[in-house]
Amino acid sequence: MYRETQIIEDRSTVSPTGVDLEGADLVINVGPQHPATHGVLHLVIALNGETIKKVEPHLGYIHRSIEKMCESLSYRQFIYVTSRMDYLSSHINNHGCALCVEKGLQLEVPARAQVIRVLMDELTRLASHQLWWGAMAMDVGALTPFFLAFREREMINDIMEETCGARLTMNYMVPGGVMVDIHPDFQRRVKEFITHFKNKIDEYDELVTGNVIFQNRTKNVGYISKEDAISYGMSGPSARGSGVQCDIRKLYPYEVYDKVKFDEIIETDGDSFARYMVRMKEMRQSLSIVEQLIDNIPEGDFQAKTKAVLKLPKGEFYSRVETARGDFGVYIISEGGTTPYRIKFRSPGFSNLSALDHMARGGKIGDLVAIMGTLDLVIPDIDR
Amino acid sequence: MAFLKNYIKEVFSAVRSSLKGMGLTGYYALHHKKEKITQQYPDNRDELILPERFRGEVVMLHDENNEHACTGCTACELACPNATIKIITKFDITPEGKKKKALDTFVYHLELCTMCNLCIEACPTDAIKMAQTFEHSVFDRNKLTKVLNKPGSKIKEGIE
Repeated sequence: MYRETQIIEDRSTVSPTGVDLEGADLVINVGPQHPATHGVLHLVIALNGETIKKVEPHLGYIHRSIEKMCESLSYRQFIYVTSRMDYLSSHINNHGCALCVEKGLQLEVPARAQVIRVLMDELTRLASHQLWWGAMAMDVGALTPFFLAFREREMINDIMEETCGARLTMNYMVPGGVMVDIHPDFQRRVKEFITHFKNKIDEYDELVTGNVIFQNRTKNVGYISKEDAISYGMSGPSARGSGVQCDIRKLYPYEVYDKVKFDEIIETDGDSFARYMVRMKEMRQSLSIVEQLIDNIPEGDFQAKTKAVLKLPKGEFYSRVETARGDFGVYIISEGGTTPYRIKFRSPGFSNLSALDHMARGGKIGDLVAIMGTLDLVIPDIDR
Repeated sequence: MAFLKNYIKEVFSAVRSSLKGMGLTGYYALHHKKEKITQQYPDNRDELILPERFRGEVVMLHDENNEHACTGCTACELACPNATIKIITKFDITPEGKKKKALDTFVYHLELCTMCNLCIEACPTDAIKMAQTFEHSVFDRNKLTKVLNKPGSKIKEGIE
């Protein structure tokens, strides 16, 4: 047992903030309300001069106990809560939950709904990466890209608004398909977006990727090896920058991902620039997936027929999807009732954040924000 | 000598890449009138068109005879994850002298609503729908608790 008095005694040997100083000169706090942390993330950084000795993330500022909340909601209701976790890829979170409930019900999703789901997922991924690109450039000191990124993201938001009825927390995926059919204008507007964005993504490269200042800020900074990335449980584009094959869409294809042609982007350098390049190339892949599917939406139902009250059989169900940040897992334990007995969400941001200490250690304090930018952290996703 | 060569090469590539980016910024600076993106919100209220599926708030549909389609079945109340809807029912006496369950008050807490659309999906008679209004701010919190059925309204003929 670890008693409270012992904790206080132990603290006296370290620092008032609870960080092992390891002979550091200075301990500074970044956050919880700091614009560079993109949310309420609190980092306690031990410094030796300008060199980082240790980065310790303190979590819990936006903990809403979503997992506990879901236990009192029915299988239709709990899906909307997950849009509030990773709000930039809310469609994909909803998708993962819907897949898990469908696995329990052994429900066949109509072909039309599957294609619509994948289309929405990829559009969400594009929107998320666009916002990341703008914020990433802003982190290293360039302001213009942020406005350019938001211009393109607005087009996707408009498409979402027209079809789903909301811009950020859509709640469009339901067990058995999608909530409503796509808007009659959907295909035309997505095609407009594709032709618009194809030119603009070259502008993105022109403005930021080729820039020498940006390259010097990110190359050979925040290095993490393939082995370390695996041992920290990293996933998504952050891990793929270190050469880890971890794309759930390729490894465990769901919906129609095994029928569309796309490449899993892998960079082997493992530094900030590699992670940046993975996301930039992923945007083009997402664009090609949308292009392949937009003209091939099959006719049919958009929702399978389900009972009014959903009851999962007794057992454990797990499903995983690839969000814009990585591997998102939903684990449901059912006792056979109308509400889940226990729900656990495996969020990609939490594991990616745990590797921040390893990446930043030994580097300079000025690079910390750039490293955090390439991890693409969404804090409500980490705290839940 | 090789070091000097690399150094000069690096300087030139740095200048070139910066100019490239500056050129793009300059292009947008010169062409900003053709591509106007930002809308000034309170000024554009008249021409602001929201899509028909936009979820602003839940409203109940009434026709010209002040009749609605709500049977008081509480399907929406059960579907709501946040207890936004509270339905109070009463018993009407039909012409045959039988008791019949009917809607008395449809209480809607706008302050709790997350616009998830689950109640509209659950409604068997399409009595409620999402409206496109979005300016909900008021000075008193109590004003956000609304009664959706209009006073004196009754259920349409033939809806069970």
